Amino acid sequence: MVEFCNIELRHPVINGSGTFDAIAARRAFGDALLDEFPFSAFVSKTITPEPRAGNPPPRLWETPSGLINSIGLPNKGLDGFLEHDLPQLSELPVPLIVSVMGTSHEEFSRLVDGVGGRDEVAALELNVSCPNVKSGLIVGESPEEANSLLRAIKPLTDKPLIVKLTPNIADPVPVAVAAAEGGADAVSLINTLRAVAFDPEKGDRWLGGGTGGLSGPAVRAVALAQVHAVAEAVSVPIVAMGGVTTGRDAAEMLRAGARLVAVGTESFRDPAAGSRIAAELGGELSAISG
Amino acid sequence: MKTGAASGLGERVVAPFGRRLCEVTRNVPSGGYRIFSALDPAGPEPSAGQFYMLAADSGWGGDQGRPYLARAFSVADAEPESGGVRLDFLVQAVGPGTSRLAALEPGEGLWIHGPLGRPFAAPGEVADGAAGAILVGGGIGVAPLALWRRRLQRAGIPARVLLGFRDQANSGGLDLFDCSEIRLASEDGHTGHRGYVTDLLGVLMEGDDAGSGAVYACGPPAMLEAVRVMCADRGVACELALEAPMACGFGACFGCAIPIAGGDGYMRLCVDGPVVRGDEIETALVPGSGH
Repeated sequence: MVEFCNIELRHPVINGSGTFDAIAARRAFGDALLDEFPFSAFVSKTITPEPRAGNPPPRLWETPSGLINSIGLPNKGLDGFLEHDLPQLSELPVPLIVSVMGTSHEEFSRLVDGVGGRDEVAALELNVSCPNVKSGLIVGESPEEANSLLRAIKPLTDKPLIVKLTPNIADPVPVAVAAAEGGADAVSLINTLRAVAFDPEKGDRWLGGGTGGLSGPAVRAVALAQVHAVAEAVSVPIVAMGGVTTGRDAAEMLRAGARLVAVGTESFRDPAAGSRIAAELGGELSAISG
Repeated sequence: MKTGAASGLGERVVAPFGRRLCEVTRNVPSGGYRIFSALDPAGPEPSAGQFYMLAADSGWGGDQGRPYLARAFSVADAEPESGGVRLDFLVQAVGPGTSRLAALEPGEGLWIHGPLGRPFAAPGEVADGAAGAILVGGGIGVAPLALWRRRLQRAGIPARVLLGFRDQANSGGLDLFDCSEIRLASEDGHTGHRGYVTDLLGVLMEGDDAGSGAVYACGPPAMLEAVRVMCADRGVACELALEAPMACGFGACFGCAIPIAGGDGYMRLCVDGPVVRGDEIETALVPGSGH
């Protein structure tokens, strides 16, 4: 067992937001998904106040040991999530963490109000990778914006707030420190690295959304460096992710200072990767302590 | 939910959770393509039109770090054998993933998850009163139609098969069909009608009984779009097996989105397809397919 923000988890391996749709997976795999659920907590895809269709295709490009995606946060919006998705996600055998994203304090407040009050929800993750419409600054790239957002919404809920940090800045530490000082209960990192793919035939950008985010083993060393730097600077627990593929990768994230490890792209290659990595991690940790 | 028995016609078969290692049992040339087989020890019999995510156990990663992700393949045939279900796949080496799969040797390991996605539906479910099927395949896209034809035959439903290819090098998979029943087209005229397979479909549709059948098609996007428009113009119901860049196959990555009819957002081909009715989509010209 591992403790995270006063939530007891069976093991330290969860999923990264937007990398596993438990509702769609249940259509593909049936109730075996519930019996063999690979994560010790489930993080939802990011919810926005209003529905979003997502970016035009193509949305994917494979790179050496990685994947660029430009999905664009398709979701049913807050009301659609509460009505259609939350009842199904509450049937999962693990605690539920809901990821939310707004473009202003007011939007974040509405989301935190709407989701944070539900008993089915154990914690919230704040996706801060979009601009504040008032300042034009991306919240996750600005210590002041991050601090002020946390101060505004922390009083609205008793649920733990996790801030998802972006790697697309020179140094993630000041934002992590500012978020923790503003009341964040935990931080998670890294989000995807900004990336572009070129169409080999047209000689122009490939993805429908123009730019995308890189994930997979290609980013793991960058993630490990950022997790280590943030862990040196903050005392709140850290959820580490970025190219974790094996138990050894997960163990390195824990040694770098993380409390939990999230698996993302590897689940695309093996839907049950979370279970395998958790089992391998158990072996890695006992080998060290033994 | 069935996990071992043969499925009903057009039933969406649910996959075991997680990926599993299968043994490659055969890899033979078939025209310009190859057919490779794997013995799935733990999976159910798939329905026609469903697909699997495939990755070689060794050499997946290659010199350039690719292939990295598994590759989606429609199943071309599936038969229970001692020790599991034999799965046949049709492949043409065009990129790092297909090249590695085309080079699989008997005895090698193949990681699979599946069967996944929405299969072809019986003609009577696609169109009221449809008693027969017209199967239209192009290029490597003939694969799912081979299994569909066998399943229709098993159910006693008549099917006419029209297959088209670009040229000799870009043709194959005929071993998966009973050749006597097929009408062929080729763009270079090396076999059958010189021209497109949709020419054959046009002739067939001018016959007086075309309205009593449902059309099923799989092939390159331009062919599928032509079939979709021809069927829409003539009021004939059709199902199309599409492809799009796909990382996971089970709805996790949201990568395989295609626009739904009416301009109201997207569907995910892996869970809402890969088989869709012609009237469910805006166009069959899916951006990014073939990569």
